[in-house]
Amino acid sequence: MSVDSTLVRRIAHLSRIKVEDAEVEKLGHELNAILAFVEELNAVDVSGVEPLTSVLPMTMKRRQDVVTDGGKAEDILANAPEREDHFFVVPKVIE
Amino acid sequence: MADPTHLTLAEARDALKARKLSAKELTKAHVDAIARAKVLNCYITETPDLALAAANQSDGRLARGEARPLEGLPLGIKDLYCTKGVRTTAASRILHGFTPTYESTVSGNLLRDGTVMLGKLNLDEFAMGSSNETSAFGPVISPWRRTGDDVRIVPGGSSGGSSAAVAARLCLGATATDTGGSIRQPAAFTGTVGIKPTYGRCSRWGIVAFASSLDQAGPIARTVRDAAILLRSMAGHDPKDATSVDAPVPDYEAAVGASVKGKRVGVPKEYRLDGLSAEIAALWDQGVAWLKEAGAEIVEISLPHTRYALPAYYIIAPAEASSNLARYDGVRYGLREKGRDITDMYENTRAKGFGAEVRRRVMIGTYVLSAGYYDAYYLRAQKIRSLIKRDFDQAFAAGVDAVLTPATPSPAFAFGEKGRADPVEMYLNDVFTVTVNMAGLPGLALPAGRSSNGLPLALQLIGKPFDEETLFSLAAAIEQAAPKLPAPEPWWSGR
Repeated sequence: MSVDSTLVRRIAHLSRIKVEDAEVEKLGHELNAILAFVEELNAVDVSGVEPLTSVLPMTMKRRQDVVTDGGKAEDILANAPEREDHFFVVPKVIE
Repeated sequence: MADPTHLTLAEARDALKARKLSAKELTKAHVDAIARAKVLNCYITETPDLALAAANQSDGRLARGEARPLEGLPLGIKDLYCTKGVRTTAASRILHGFTPTYESTVSGNLLRDGTVMLGKLNLDEFAMGSSNETSAFGPVISPWRRTGDDVRIVPGGSSGGSSAAVAARLCLGATATDTGGSIRQPAAFTGTVGIKPTYGRCSRWGIVAFASSLDQAGPIARTVRDAAILLRSMAGHDPKDATSVDAPVPDYEAAVGASVKGKRVGVPKEYRLDGLSAEIAALWDQGVAWLKEAGAEIVEISLPHTRYALPAYYIIAPAEASSNLARYDGVRYGLREKGRDITDMYENTRAKGFGAEVRRRVMIGTYVLSAGYYDAYYLRAQKIRSLIKRDFDQAFAAGVDAVLTPATPSPAFAFGEKGRADPVEMYLNDVFTVTVNMAGLPGLALPAGRSSNGLPLALQLIGKPFDEETLFSLAAAIEQAAPKLPAPEPWWSGR
């Protein structure tokens, strides 16, 4: 599978990263180099092998379903690039 | 007392307790050394005033007999750890202006035990890199130089600020993180000791996430004992990280110097790569000989899926990164660039905020997780990960206590020497370290010799899950036998 310029633009959009026209070709080469490198994995017989989901056998700990933290609106908003009262401000989403 | 920055962490601890040295003198000596070493670019943010104030408090506690285990010991903190009230950057433009309102669990554990923070250490952007060349704050320069030339050498990555600062005596020890080799490779390049503990041994809470199933915190220090002391303080269960393990933390320092008689150490034949340099092969053989002399038994083992670990890593790590880095959207913290609408704002912010390597990895990760490709790439890579882990499980089940390998395929290289044309060339640095992350095991790198051009070379020990103690014992045996590495000549300090 080779990444062409249409696919580079599609991946960039899915990643929400703006890509300039001048960068598309170089990015395509770089992504192709990485995909060629991982191609080797197709040589491995993985039939009957379960995908690894946790490196160590772990059982999730449970705790009481109670409030343990909260009331930190100021802390949460302290680094917001734009805010109003206790809200994050973003460009208009609904027309 | 002679220059206290040249003490080991253990020596400094003992000197403070014996009141032969004050915490303030010790911290001041490091603050001055940092001020003279700007050219190395180890620290993104220096916090000398906070450090001196903390050292003052430590002196009070030492005087009152209320010293905590690491009272007054100055450390550097990798700038991937969130530190309350101190700017945290992950070496990225996208976290511009971010000052955490909380402390990461691991750096908090070190503060609880009395350490003094000197500042935040440089790294590859979001810990993605092997040479520190991807930092938005400029590269870290290694204190080491090749014999007879003054070409600038990389300190390794991603924890290059940590490794260089420890080697250059700009802190007694440092925190670091390791996703594919980011503690062990920079330690190897700078003649320092680095350990990535078992997955789950340290809390990941408050550490900027790269690839959550692989990331693990650990220390870089100048001796095996110092690394053991730091890990004991850093490790432990944390209810805020569901993957942190609720098991007692042993006294790792007690394992340093313990006998390794009868320990079975595996040497995996698959690590003897085609084209492995004669120098690295000889170092490995030397390591085998030292462990034999110390009473360990050496056995050849096979880890047949080794060669697939690096390609599988370059699917899994970018996939997890693309998901983790989705949070940088210009809304809650960090950089925001204007846009026509919200999507345009996201795209502009992320284009401006992420460097080239981060962008590449987010895009690869997005691609391998996208509809129609998930099974072919991500699912297959996770199955191969099971096979890599099974290789180790079988070796340990057959009675092997630990595994000895080289840490890196080469000594440190010069800036711009690798990865310019093809990003994969840089990725190959992690060929010996990445299997350990894939299998969740502990791995330790320590200096064991020097290259023909005078740069440090290192060996790696890989252990059973939660058996860091055996690694410390074996590493101490190698450290004891290996020629002592001198401190690098301080060409940077202008004195």
